[in-house]
Amino acid sequence: MASLTESRILELEQIGRQLRIDSLKMIHRRKAGHPGGCLSLAEIMAVLYFSKLRIDPERPGWPERDRLILSKGHAAAILYAALARRGFFPAEDWNRWGELDCHLQGHPDRLKTPGVEMTTGLLGHGVAIGAGLALAGRLKGLNYRVFVVLGDGECQAGIVWEGAMTASKYHLANLVAILDYNDVQLDGPVHEIMPMEPIASKWLAFNWAVLEADGHNIRQIHEALEAAENIHDRPTIIVARTTKGKGVSFMENEAYWHGVAPNDAQFNQALAELGEVV
Amino acid sequence: MGVMSIREAYGRALAAYGAENPEVVVLDADTSFSTLSHFFAEAFPDRFFNVGIAEPCLVDVAVGLALGGKIPFANAFAALISLRAAEQVRTSVCYARTNVKLAAGYAGLSDFKDGPSHNAIMDLAVMRAMPEMIVIVPADAVETSKWVKVVAEYDGPVYLRLSRAAAPQVHDESLKVEIGKGLTLRPGDDVCLIATGSMVGRTVKAAEGLAREGIDARVLEIHTLKPLDRELIIQAAEETGALVTAEEHSVIGGLAGAVSEALAEAFPTHLERVGLRDTFGRTGLDPETLMDFYGLGVEDIIRAGRRALERKTTGNVDRVRRA
Repeated sequence: MASLTESRILELEQIGRQLRIDSLKMIHRRKAGHPGGCLSLAEIMAVLYFSKLRIDPERPGWPERDRLILSKGHAAAILYAALARRGFFPAEDWNRWGELDCHLQGHPDRLKTPGVEMTTGLLGHGVAIGAGLALAGRLKGLNYRVFVVLGDGECQAGIVWEGAMTASKYHLANLVAILDYNDVQLDGPVHEIMPMEPIASKWLAFNWAVLEADGHNIRQIHEALEAAENIHDRPTIIVARTTKGKGVSFMENEAYWHGVAPNDAQFNQALAELGEVV
Repeated sequence: MGVMSIREAYGRALAAYGAENPEVVVLDADTSFSTLSHFFAEAFPDRFFNVGIAEPCLVDVAVGLALGGKIPFANAFAALISLRAAEQVRTSVCYARTNVKLAAGYAGLSDFKDGPSHNAIMDLAVMRAMPEMIVIVPADAVETSKWVKVVAEYDGPVYLRLSRAAAPQVHDESLKVEIGKGLTLRPGDDVCLIATGSMVGRTVKAAEGLAREGIDARVLEIHTLKPLDRELIIQAAEETGALVTAEEHSVIGGLAGAVSEALAEAFPTHLERVGLRDTFGRTGLDPETLMDFYGLGVEDIIRAGRRALERKTTGNVDRVRRA
């Protein structure tokens, strides 16, 4: 198991900060998008796209590549940030997000945007689709891994648990879900709208391996992903405790910022808080 | 009766094709002894996946397998694929254009024993409205077995609508099927009867009945509801001026809907619709009398043929009948 050096951790923290800034810039420019759930994902996406995923932007169709499905597809902005910074398409495309002839859709579209593995947006699909993709890898003798990034509110959808049953029935150890557990959904706190606790024992009861991590701690995320590689008889979920809106004081833990773009003053304040010189 | 049921023809053809094409995988939602996907399961246990009673999951797992390069046939009851799993079909199969084959069993009234809960009489309306979807309804056992290979080798989403019942044999082994290409089963210029699925055999009989009355009825089989063979239908409208559609489905949104839409744009023509007239079904003792009860009998098609011809001749407008 290769643990991260201190300098690599600092580097990934820096990437996470950059992904936050990129996401907010995209959302502000388009005057639409979902800032809260992008900001909570920054460290998770930094570790996945810049350390863990075996991908090659030169070969987006490489059969052995790892696959990531952003099941919480409303966090499209941070996926677009990571994919462009990883070289799948030019960062200038961000400025045209939502324009009629731009490949970047409101939610991820696998047919339009290079590097997007699956079209998502309506919640709940990732685990079941990921299970099928993991099964296909096994059938074809390919050793790629499938990562599914889930929201906590999303786990209220029954299809998530249908997929969870299928993944454990077939012992899909090449499937790893990462739960962005920020406890805020569109209408309010998850624990009020539809409580999900005890979340870890729910997944345990579905015969998944459950690991926990601070979703803003690069080392912990990385270690959990490494630990998942040593589980060989079942799928793994990493319950990553996060803060919705992380890094922007007025957005943190506020359901209002689930799907609203900041105005100019709010945007400038957010950038300042993230250490970006405007 | 020596006629094989549609479902058995499908199940056996799928297992046979499985030997030919190792990329084919099959999924079921705890109905493999009903859809008869179990023939494949027995032959290729490592390529068969039973997800339990969870049709949305059935479809999404099939989507994942397709993303990974396999050719999945997802089997379940038509009512559940087209309604319970409709969002998965729309988003993950059609919008994402994944190479998933939906094998929708127990379609129409064919599950006469279980009744309206299990009947699928609006599935064609739902599936036709899905961009990217190919919608196919075979007429008999021979045709059903021909479609398996064609559907598997087409690259994209397909909805294959399958009856539980046996349908009268219409075709022989020389049949060749092509997506989007309707078949002319009988020539005729007085009226044109257009049928799909289990109604094709009944419609051929109806044309014979009309012939005894001196009415020369053309018979078209439209097995592909989408993309529709507009050319063949418009030509029939031009040449006969009186049309009848016949389907084991609601008259809303299925074959009647597709033909009406094409005609309204291209060549407005007198049209009579044979199908369930905006009603649910009921439980029956056998599929044939149940179909007759809902106005899908040979006599009903004959009457519709006469009415269409009369309207063409007199120009009468029918202001009474409802959907």
